[in-house]
Amino acid sequence: MTTEPLATPPKRKTRNFALLSNRAGAAFMLPAGLLVSVFVIVPFFWVIFVSFTNRTLIGATALNPQFVGLGNYLALFDPATFFQRGQFGFSLILTTQFVLASALLGQALLGLLLAWLIQTVPPWIKRITETFVIAAWILPEVVIGFAWFAFLDYDNGTFNMLLESLGLPPGDFLLQQPFWVIVVFNTWRGAAFSMMLFNSAFSSIPPSYFQAADVAGASSWQKFRDIGLPLIRGHIVTDLILITMWTFNTFTPFLLTNGGPSYRTELVSIYNYRVAFQDFQFGKGAAVGVIMMLINLAFALIYLSLGRKRAPK
Amino acid sequence: MASVEFKNVTKSFGNFHAVSDVNFDIGDGEFVCLLGPSGCGKTTSLRMMAGLETPTSGQIFIGGQEVTHLHPKDRNIAMVFQDYALYPHMNLADNIAYPLKVRGEPVDKRHARAREVADVLKIGHLMDRLPSQISGGQQQRTSLARALVYPAKVYLFDEPLSNLDAKLRLEARGFLNHLQRDMGMTAVYVTHDQAEAMALATRIAVMDQGKIVQYASPIEIYRRPATTFVANFVGNPPMNLVEVEGAQADGRLALKAEGLGIGALPMTDAIGKALATSNRLTLGVRPEHLSLAGAGAQNTIVAPLFANENMGPESLVTLDRGEGARVTARIFTDDHLDVSDTVTLGFSAEHVHLFDSAGNRIPAVGE
Repeated sequence: MTTEPLATPPKRKTRNFALLSNRAGAAFMLPAGLLVSVFVIVPFFWVIFVSFTNRTLIGATALNPQFVGLGNYLALFDPATFFQRGQFGFSLILTTQFVLASALLGQALLGLLLAWLIQTVPPWIKRITETFVIAAWILPEVVIGFAWFAFLDYDNGTFNMLLESLGLPPGDFLLQQPFWVIVVFNTWRGAAFSMMLFNSAFSSIPPSYFQAADVAGASSWQKFRDIGLPLIRGHIVTDLILITMWTFNTFTPFLLTNGGPSYRTELVSIYNYRVAFQDFQFGKGAAVGVIMMLINLAFALIYLSLGRKRAPK
Repeated sequence: MASVEFKNVTKSFGNFHAVSDVNFDIGDGEFVCLLGPSGCGKTTSLRMMAGLETPTSGQIFIGGQEVTHLHPKDRNIAMVFQDYALYPHMNLADNIAYPLKVRGEPVDKRHARAREVADVLKIGHLMDRLPSQISGGQQQRTSLARALVYPAKVYLFDEPLSNLDAKLRLEARGFLNHLQRDMGMTAVYVTHDQAEAMALATRIAVMDQGKIVQYASPIEIYRRPATTFVANFVGNPPMNLVEVEGAQADGRLALKAEGLGIGALPMTDAIGKALATSNRLTLGVRPEHLSLAGAGAQNTIVAPLFANENMGPESLVTLDRGEGARVTARIFTDDHLDVSDTVTLGFSAEHVHLFDSAGNRIPAVGE
């Protein structure tokens, strides 16, 4: 059998197929592109621009905002007032404490513990635990905000009723321990994510690793320390960075405490909201937003560089 | 070192009986192979010895002590896994020394001991490597080293050589045999490779569908397979089985089948009993007991040639008796074997095995 050489070999571009012409593709991209530009890209630059002005909602500067240079930033970082309650520095430190307590210690540690414990329990206990923890995660924010408010209310709250039925004195937690209330709340709210991530990480470890350790005589704690933990290190880094970013930006505690009492639960996101939309100081609010953006950018860069470091392996 | 005993052990997964009512005992210092096709319950039996599975009913003893519901870590056993189960984040020294670490041995002591074992297994120079940086054969020896690093009552092997290529497998098999001679350990070894079982075991338990079909020494299993299943499983290639019709004639047994020419065999009570149930018997002859026969041979099988495979020191000549029934002969010659289209194979009466209609062995004269 002979094959005739092809008279004209087909011309090939680097891309060997295309569903659409370039022009048609661009036409399909256009609506989404426009929406993204109008609602994401333009506001991004607009906020940066506004942060250098003294723009407000009402008054003379609403119509004719003036360029104030770094004025807003200098005011936020004014050493005289930086650490005072209701000021940016106080809010930033509070947020750091909140992230450490509720995300790193609360969510990650509780999630890790739950994920490890449900590896060995009977399947039905595992399913029930997962259902409860995930329910806390998928409920709408407003619903759980109100549910927690109702739970912790001094006069009619469920929690105080439970305490009283046990013969314990009731407490006005929302007023007296507002910081710990939002820490517990955020831990409860977000532990599901860490648990699911660690659970799938543990499940991806071949069971023979743990069985070999069992046979060798390892205790549960030794298996966790020597095999489980080192093998999911990458997942732990990912989890810590994600929940740090989410907790840093979270606004939901506002539904519980309104940032109060007397600014004691005013996280930066809530501070930003108050400055921009309650005090209507758009310029200053924009400056807070830009700083938060930079902090998030730093987290994202750490995350990406860690991801890249692990990728070649 | 210790003995192992199974008493009426059953393991069910739902309605499926992976192991049903199994009894056997393994003596101190014995090397027992559990041999059978996949799904026969051999791995489940091993995992019950290790404590990785709990029997549905029955009892397991190790060294006279009941361990049926004991956690693996409290049984003082060692196990080599099919996938080796080496920890990818630990170097070889830490991998091998891990059982000593969980026993609280100080780091220099346990690394010295790991090195000692590794040197015996010829991986001592690799102690700083990670498992991903060594070959499959070295990984296998590392997992073996981890099992040997501490004194265990029983050593369990779950198809440890099945992930190795043929040459390495032979090498590792020889090494395991040597190790057993050296240490005299009590070992239970699961495999589906009859050659491995024959080479290593002091006794073989052939399993089929959750039951032990025969539990005997390799030679016994080779010479007197208890059932057609065992006959068909052990040997390379396995025993040829020919469906025959048996009848008593003049106080002797006459066998009839297409292409089979066989002189009458001595009659026994056992044969008489088998014939009373059914005259359908199975005749078994091992391939190595068949030879290319001339016309004068007394016992012969004649059939068209199916395949003629030259293996170097021997040739495998396979005949097709129709309907998928084949007969293979191992002819020991390193010459090229020229065979005609129709082949006559001869065998002597002393090499004949007989099985009744249920597949059970009919004892030969003097058995």
